[in-house]
Amino acid sequence: MSATRQFSPVAKLEQKTVVDLIGKGKRVDERGPEDYRPTTITLGVVEKANGSAQVYLGKTKVLAGVKIQPGTPFPDTPNEGILTVNAEFVPLASPTFEAGPPDENSIELARVVDRGIRESKAIDLKKLCIEPGKKVFMIFVDVYVLDHDGNLIDAAAMAALGALVNAKMHAFKVEKGEPVYLEEVIPIPMQNYPVSITSVKVDGAIVLDPCLEEEQVMSCRLTVTTGKDDNICAMQKGGLGFLTPDEIKQIVSTSINKARDLRAKMLSNVK
Amino acid sequence: MDNKQVRLLDDNGLRVDGRRIDELRPLKIEVGTLDKADGSAYVEHGRNKILAAVYGPREAHPKHIALADRAVIRCRYHMAPFSTDERKSPAPSRRELELSKVIREALEPAVMSEYFPRSTIDIFIEVLQADAGTRCAGITAAALALADAGIPMRELVAGCAAGKVDGKVVLDLSDVEDKQGDADLPVALMPKSNVVSLLQMDGSLTEEEFKQALDMSIDACRRIHEMQREALRHRYHVVKDEVDKEEEATEVSA
Repeated sequence: MSATRQFSPVAKLEQKTVVDLIGKGKRVDERGPEDYRPTTITLGVVEKANGSAQVYLGKTKVLAGVKIQPGTPFPDTPNEGILTVNAEFVPLASPTFEAGPPDENSIELARVVDRGIRESKAIDLKKLCIEPGKKVFMIFVDVYVLDHDGNLIDAAAMAALGALVNAKMHAFKVEKGEPVYLEEVIPIPMQNYPVSITSVKVDGAIVLDPCLEEEQVMSCRLTVTTGKDDNICAMQKGGLGFLTPDEIKQIVSTSINKARDLRAKMLSNVK
Repeated sequence: MDNKQVRLLDDNGLRVDGRRIDELRPLKIEVGTLDKADGSAYVEHGRNKILAAVYGPREAHPKHIALADRAVIRCRYHMAPFSTDERKSPAPSRRELELSKVIREALEPAVMSEYFPRSTIDIFIEVLQADAGTRCAGITAAALALADAGIPMRELVAGCAAGKVDGKVVLDLSDVEDKQGDADLPVALMPKSNVVSLLQMDGSLTEEEFKQALDMSIDACRRIHEMQREALRHRYHVVKDEVDKEEEATEVSA
């Protein structure tokens, strides 16, 4: 059952420092309210995966791997490939992570990342059909959180997208309903590049890309994922607080602009 | 199989079930439908049939989950195996786990949990029949169940989704519209302070369409809030009448 979380013990003084700074328009790491932390993305870090990407978002570190294998399609989409996103909060990433089945936070993260990729139609799933109703390619995106310093959703979304862009599969032709692989190596058919931007509300002020200290004092967060046409394709509010309609509209419009910059920067690094 | 695209809006701008674009599905709300629960409510929102129950505040169990400064609020959103077209496995799915979390986060800001440290408040939402918009209807029901349990609240919480079908922003998607539409935007509102405590979105919306959909769903939440208040009032008029009758009876026998 979903339950109120015990906040990790942060000294009251430290919490107060973080909140006071944000109140003054400053932040613990000397960023401005709308500044994103430095982001680096490295592709192809795991050779055995079809695709992989490692993202640093400040000190947050996330690795995503893509594996592709044939499988049975869902009955309601017989001629489309299958996309599955999973996230592991591995215990080495944070003192608060524990080994075991995924908890609601990792499920939420995986589902928000999944929604961004799926709803923006980032992958042309129709091109991954081998034999309609019988066999299609399944794309597994596994997100590994390696170091948790806040804003895991954005880092995970970026790593997942990087791994998909990086992924290669063998070209194939279909003989008697079975895929016959060719020498040629092709990328996954991508048609959109969704980018997530998360903002948090702390003491009535809104800041972008929260670090861990800021997440620990936030009242709530809002993630806005947009595609290359600037259309919003996924959103998720989290945390125990609330937002006014005006705050939401302001966050949405900032997020759209920020995502545009970030997408351009990322694609220029990747291609 | 080609997705046979049914026209979701006709020439008069009416929807598959005959509604206008800003029209809610019919709602039926009952408070206090269960005997054993501390608070309960039943909501029919279109063809959604949803039962919510609240137990608590009660002793935290297991003890280590207790918080020193407020009650732990727990929430389980669950769909009955027969609630959907295809049978749904009764084991909680990833979707249900996510929804349990976002529903809890939508209700918690309204509950004065600081009055009950070291205890738990358990919210159970069972979807008996699903027809799009179950999380919102679940929130509408659960807020009433919390109030019915006598738990102090800052205000009620009401939920309603907006979305986009056939290129138009519309209110309160039905099952067909949700499956074949272009976007879905579930919202929960705390109407008195005019703040949003649940916000999710999937599909594709421009910034303008989003603003329009958000305003539309907020307005609908206000309408649902009025119905919630009416249902609560009705519930306590019934209780009051019963008490009055009993008092009358004792007076006569005395």
